[in-house]
Amino acid sequence: MADALVIAGHEFSSRFILGSGKFDLDLIRAAVEHAKAQIVTLALRRVNSFSGNILEHIPEGVTLLPNTSGARNAEEALKIARLAREAGCGGLIKIEVIRDSKYLLPDNYQTAKACEMLAKDGFIPLPYMYPDLYAARDMANAGAAAIMPLAAPIGSNQGLAAKQFIRILIEEIDLPIIVDAGIGKPSQACEAMEMGAAAVMANTAIATAGNIVEMAKAFRHAIIAGRTAYLAGTGRVLDRGSASSPLTGFIQD
Amino acid sequence: MVIINGEPKDAAGKTVMELLASMKLLPERTAVIVEGEILPKSGYDRILADGETVEIIGFVGGG
Repeated sequence: MADALVIAGHEFSSRFILGSGKFDLDLIRAAVEHAKAQIVTLALRRVNSFSGNILEHIPEGVTLLPNTSGARNAEEALKIARLAREAGCGGLIKIEVIRDSKYLLPDNYQTAKACEMLAKDGFIPLPYMYPDLYAARDMANAGAAAIMPLAAPIGSNQGLAAKQFIRILIEEIDLPIIVDAGIGKPSQACEAMEMGAAAVMANTAIATAGNIVEMAKAFRHAIIAGRTAYLAGTGRVLDRGSASSPLTGFIQD
Repeated sequence: MVIINGEPKDAAGKTVMELLASMKLLPERTAVIVEGEILPKSGYDRILADGETVEIIGFVGGG
C-alpha cells in the first residue's frame, strides 16, 4: 500500500482516526463513512441491553480501537484492556489513564507503566499522553506501537496548543505520532499532518459540529492535504520578498 | 438476588449465558466480571448464586 499508516504491522490507508463518543448512534455510520476512517475508538462501560449497541452502527471492516478511559492507574488500565479482549477486540488498545477531573490530562507515569503491563500481557499499547519527550521514550521502550500526544485538553477544541512539543516527539521518536485530543478544526488537523504527524484522531470536533457529516468530510480532506504537503516538503520561508514573476523583460511605454 | 451492574436482580440460579440472553446481549461482544474477577467465555455456564456481584461490560461510544 502506498504511503500506509503502519501500526505494529497493521496497515491503514486512512490517517484519520475517529472517536465515537458524543454522537447520536444514527449519525455514527455516516460520520465514519464520510471521514473514510478505518480506525474508530470505543470505550467500555456497564451495558444493560443490546438495543442501541454502538457496534451495530460502525461499518464492517473498521478496526475497533478500545480505550481504557475510566482507568485512574496502570492496574485499572490493564483490567479494562482485558475486558476489551474478552469482548472480542484485537490487541490494539488506546491507553488512557486520567486522574485530573478538570483538565482531563493523562498521567504519563501511570500510562508508561500501563504500556509495560499491557505489552507483557500481549496487547499492542497506543498510549494517549501529555507530549513529554522522556515519557514518550519510556512508553516506546515499554512496547508502545505508536504515541498519541494531546494537542490540547480532551474535548476542548482548542487546537494545537502543544504544537512545539509534539514536533519534538515527531523528530525524536521512531514510532508513528498520532495527534489525539483537542483538535477543533480541519485547519489544525492539516497543520499537525504538515509537520509530520502520522495521523490525527478527532471526536468532539466532529460530534459538536453544526453538520457532522460535512465536518467529517472536511477533516478527511484536511488530513489528506496536510499529509500530501508533508510528503511534498513545504517551501522555504524568507524574511524579505522574492518575486515570483521575472524581473527582466518589463514592458516599456 | 444477584447484584447486576449495581442493581439487585432476580437472577440467582441462572447461568451467565442465560443472564446475557435475557438481557439480549451477545456473549462474544460482552465481558463479564463475577465477584471482581473477569469470567472467561468457558465459564459462562457458571450458575449465579444469591448475593453474588456481576458486572456486564460492553462497548459504548468513546474517544
